Amino acid sequence: MSSAQLEIQLISVLVAIACAIPGTFLVLRKMAMISDAISHSILPGIVIGFFLTENLNSPLLILLAAFTGVLTVWLVETIQKTGLVKEDTAIGLVFPALFSIGVILIAKNANDVHLDIDAVLLGELAFAPFDRLLINELDLGPKSIWVIGSILFVNVILLFTFYKELKLSTFDKGLAISLGFSPVLLHYGLMSVASVTVVGSFDAVGAILVVALMIAPAASAYLLTDDLKKMLLLSCLIGAMSAIGGYWLANLLDASIAGAITTVLGIIFLMVYLFAPDRGIISVMLKEKQQRKEVLLLTFLLHLQNHDEEKERRVQHLQEHINWQKLKAREILQLAEKNNLITINNAIISLTEKGKSFTQEAISHIVTNKETAIEGLKRDFLLFRG
Amino acid sequence: MKEYLELLWTDYTLQVITLGTAILGATCGMLGSFAVLRKQSLLGDAISHAALPGIALIFLITGTKDSTTLLIGALISGLIGSYWINGIIKRTRLKTDTALGLILSLFFGVGILLLTFIQKMPDANQAGLDKYLFGQAATLVVKDVWIMGVVSVISLIVTLLFWKEIKLFLFDTEFSKTLGFKTNTINFLITSLIVIAIVIGLQTVGVILMSAMLLAPAAAARQWTNKLSVMVSLAAAFGAISGVIGTAISASQNNLSTGPVIVIVAGVFVLISFIFSPSRGLLFKEIQKYQNRNDLKLFKTLTFMHEIAKTHENIEHPHAIKILNNFQGFTKRSLEQLQQREWIKLQNNMWSMTHKGFNAAQDIHLMGEDE
Repeated sequence: MSSAQLEIQLISVLVAIACAIPGTFLVLRKMAMISDAISHSILPGIVIGFFLTENLNSPLLILLAAFTGVLTVWLVETIQKTGLVKEDTAIGLVFPALFSIGVILIAKNANDVHLDIDAVLLGELAFAPFDRLLINELDLGPKSIWVIGSILFVNVILLFTFYKELKLSTFDKGLAISLGFSPVLLHYGLMSVASVTVVGSFDAVGAILVVALMIAPAASAYLLTDDLKKMLLLSCLIGAMSAIGGYWLANLLDASIAGAITTVLGIIFLMVYLFAPDRGIISVMLKEKQQRKEVLLLTFLLHLQNHDEEKERRVQHLQEHINWQKLKAREILQLAEKNNLITINNAIISLTEKGKSFTQEAISHIVTNKETAIEGLKRDFLLFRG
Repeated sequence: MKEYLELLWTDYTLQVITLGTAILGATCGMLGSFAVLRKQSLLGDAISHAALPGIALIFLITGTKDSTTLLIGALISGLIGSYWINGIIKRTRLKTDTALGLILSLFFGVGILLLTFIQKMPDANQAGLDKYLFGQAATLVVKDVWIMGVVSVISLIVTLLFWKEIKLFLFDTEFSKTLGFKTNTINFLITSLIVIAIVIGLQTVGVILMSAMLLAPAAAARQWTNKLSVMVSLAAAFGAISGVIGTAISASQNNLSTGPVIVIVAGVFVLISFIFSPSRGLLFKEIQKYQNRNDLKLFKTLTFMHEIAKTHENIEHPHAIKILNNFQGFTKRSLEQLQQREWIKLQNNMWSMTHKGFNAAQDIHLMGEDE
């Protein structure tokens, strides 16, 4: 591995982690689309900043562009407050307008500006190692590492300083206000951090793919854990892994590094979406199936309890009376027998002692409208689940 | 400008392109109204980005640059994207915004990966695929415009056929369910129409700005009316005009992609509507606020006079203006305005209340008690 390759991977890992931190809070605060808006609307800021500084890595440009990002958030909120349109429409109106202004600015000055629209959209990660920071002839490595490194540093410091405030205002806004945290200040603080991060990352991964790095790791992590700290760590980890994986995928296909990183992120999200324990859709669907079966089991047991007469408790009768398919009826019967809730004598079913007390308690929960308590009941009684 | 009009008269290509953007604008405006009213404004953004990998994949498979074939790819991946968004929202704890952002950026990233991969392929005649990023109306040919026309006629027919159902679905989903309308089918219908509209617009406006093409005309039209039929027609008109003007500007300048220009023109429509619409507009609201404040001032003065006039048997008994001096908020102008409304009469430094004014003051008094 050459040093340039190493540097590219280092830059992309730094970008991924820097994005994952604000991204986690954006996802939790249901503001993921704001990052999309910011990443588009910083374009005019970048173009104007580039006119002034002629240097994509200049701090002035980053601040100016980040200001455009915060301006977007403010504009969206102002439009929304007029009540003329809803929030999502406001977002959808503001960023294409600003982005279009940026594109037109570039197009009209194409001769004087060495700013390629593709570079803004896709980033130029492969060229990043060539733009080096030189101080007194001393090579300090690529400029991008320093830019994104300092942004990451600031993000981490801010995260540690304001962790408590961020956490509280994210999960319990009312309590946060009553404790005296200013929601407006925190909101705009987070937006500023997101804007600066987007701007700092755009020339590595491009304006649109920044969104992927902000949202996808956080969304995947959110399906894996309930703990905010774990979620932050996981999103950083997923981001970093995709950064490295994406680099090698791009190497293999000789294609855009940013595109490859996003593709890896997409694959990771797809895997989590399908297979995450508890929250992945496969496990959700299995759980739904189990729930359905256990509801049937309960219905069956209640039916048995309500009927002492033998003709209502014959095995075949179930199919006729509760209107179950043969297969389903047998499944439920087996489940009940396995759990020792019923016994079958000469094709006559009767509840066991355990079955009776289970049914009793379940009824009392249903009558008192405490359906959720039945879950605990099932845990206590059922050795085999549906 | 004059040159452009002459060109439009003579240049066949320009006629085709202008017709194309007009049809596109009208279709998008019409269907965009539904998206805006369903609060799904950003769905269009996600779907248009999600269409990109489809275009690239179809090109990889078939090797053709024929726009119809590519658009079928866009349609498929756009639909997959929109169903995945639905799946994420329904089946996981992730919210709408996250689902949209995820699909948008992930699909787009895959699309970029494929596009750059295609560009590096040695033999392919790949140039021109990136027009789908920003749109190049100049590449429209007659066949494309025909497709647009057919799509827009079909969406118009479908919209008219299901007008009642769509309307009820938009404004009261629950009620339309209880009436036995198949809301899932209508939902599917609207989403599919929106996806198709997005896909036919990709070549002209591009993946990135396509959503604005849907939203802006509808958001502008919404300000002028509360009636769905008027809103849809207005949105179609705004869309078509933005398309024509945008094409004109971009055709008469070098180096300008059509997409951004059309979006800016549509944005101007939105801005004008926000400010000048007669009932919801910001200007109107400011004027009304000023009037309300003025009315309040007059009412206050009138009530004060009422208190004085009440004490006399003849309520029209004249009083010196001087006695109002201690009262805040009366000016020569406000007295004149009161006289204009025939609530008081002014006669050399004296004022007297009219019966009309007395009744008005009593009404205000009663209103105050009601509250």
